[in-house]
Amino acid sequence: MNAFPPALLDPMAAIPPGLSDARGGPATRRFAVYRNNVVVSLTEAMATGFPVILKLVGEDFFRAMAGVFVRAHPPRSPVLAHYGTDFPGFLESFEPVAHLPYLADVARLELALRAAYHAADAAPVASDALAHPRLMEARLRLAPATRIVASPYPIHAIWRANTEAGAPPAKGGAETVLVTRPDWDPWPRSITPASARFILALLAGRPFGAALEAAGEDIDLAATLTLLLDTKSITAIEVPA
Amino acid sequence: MFDTSPPNLPKAPGVGYKPQHYGDILADPGAVGWLEVHAENYMGDGGRPLAQLRALAERFAISVHGVGLSIGGEDPLDRAHLARLKHLVDWLHPASFSEHLAWSSHGGTYFNDLLPLPYTDDTLARVADHISEVQDVLGRRMLLENPATYLDFDETTLAETDFLASLVQRTGCGLLLDVNNVYVACTNRGESPEAYIDAFPVEAVGEIHLGGHDAQEDDLGAPLLIDHHGAEVVDPVWALYARTLARTGPMPTLIEWDNDVPAWPVLEAEASRANTLLAVARS
Repeated sequence: MNAFPPALLDPMAAIPPGLSDARGGPATRRFAVYRNNVVVSLTEAMATGFPVILKLVGEDFFRAMAGVFVRAHPPRSPVLAHYGTDFPGFLESFEPVAHLPYLADVARLELALRAAYHAADAAPVASDALAHPRLMEARLRLAPATRIVASPYPIHAIWRANTEAGAPPAKGGAETVLVTRPDWDPWPRSITPASARFILALLAGRPFGAALEAAGEDIDLAATLTLLLDTKSITAIEVPA
Repeated sequence: MFDTSPPNLPKAPGVGYKPQHYGDILADPGAVGWLEVHAENYMGDGGRPLAQLRALAERFAISVHGVGLSIGGEDPLDRAHLARLKHLVDWLHPASFSEHLAWSSHGGTYFNDLLPLPYTDDTLARVADHISEVQDVLGRRMLLENPATYLDFDETTLAETDFLASLVQRTGCGLLLDVNNVYVACTNRGESPEAYIDAFPVEAVGEIHLGGHDAQEDDLGAPLLIDHHGAEVVDPVWALYARTLARTGPMPTLIEWDNDVPAWPVLEAEASRANTLLAVARS
């Protein structure tokens, strides 16, 4: 059995000894079925998990590239919902896509959307809950789906241009994306760096006043809080005793 | 000890649940009386998958079918994965839990396929220990499914049916008889599928699977059937199913269609065809 597992991922490895077609014949094509199943099924998981990357590089190229990835970074867990966390790093060093430097951050956004899809449910606070006398010292708990992805590239515009009919072609520079899940579908939205600093401070468990300080003067606080409330992202307001 | 009662699935047709059929199933399930889900697709923390499963479980008996436990593997069972499985089973209280006589992980790598093992006294002891561990952790009896295999091991000394019968005897587990897998594996081995069914320890069967396969040829031009769950059940498998029911009596019967998933009416028609044969078995 010892030669069986590594030979599944190595197309150059010899067919493991001790296998046959039960009539004493060679097991070459029969072993190839397993080898093929492993790489094709994992490639399919990658295509499901990174539909925008697939669209950006084209289906044939994506499947060939995913074949390289899955052999180098096979899953460590049977729960494939989380498979592919190594993909952004792989894209950063994979020479054939060196001319597409934004791919890694688009992949990070797709991972964030997938993580948000599977994140725990949480009931939002009422829309008037922020009218709290001790808001500045309160900690705002955000829904487990909440994620932020920042990039020097316009990753939200790229994502929209490849998922929404009629979306404008992507252009421009750096974008910071807030991912929320108002109901069941993750929803990415471009936000300002100041809003991102505020939300990241809240995610780190800092009190409202400290988060506001971290955000800096140029934050549009009303817009940021409205966005968090509208996306059902605030799940608790905790005031120290 | 664990609950040794047989699974509570209705002796009716079921289908492997696909999210694209959610609305159709709730609107009109037709002949479909229960649903099966792959355990690993419901191990997230929340969101739509778990919400849909909870809603379906209010209407239908659910069978949880694991594909990633690697019960046939050389390594110890993945305790973290077993804990995830227990969490799902404790939350859902499914009518049945089943897994495969196969391995899918080795040395910390997950291969996402059901891989074959030799049938020897050593592997028998190891698989029996794994099944007992699963049953102890989950606190319930599990069903073990016969595999679709494409090759054989020179070191194999036991017939698959004898191997399965010994596992039942040692662990008290039940069996999930996949009739398509029988047809695929026996054809690939050049053996008689009918003889396999006739030798199967049917008293332990708690569920039957039916599915589609692909037909290819091996290096010597011999038939090489590949279990792909991507097409209708072929006539010889329906005939083998009828032969199986004659031995088992009516059984919960699942139509598996996981790739190139068809529109709901096509899948329901397969369930309906199974229902016709179940009606004969009931009479």
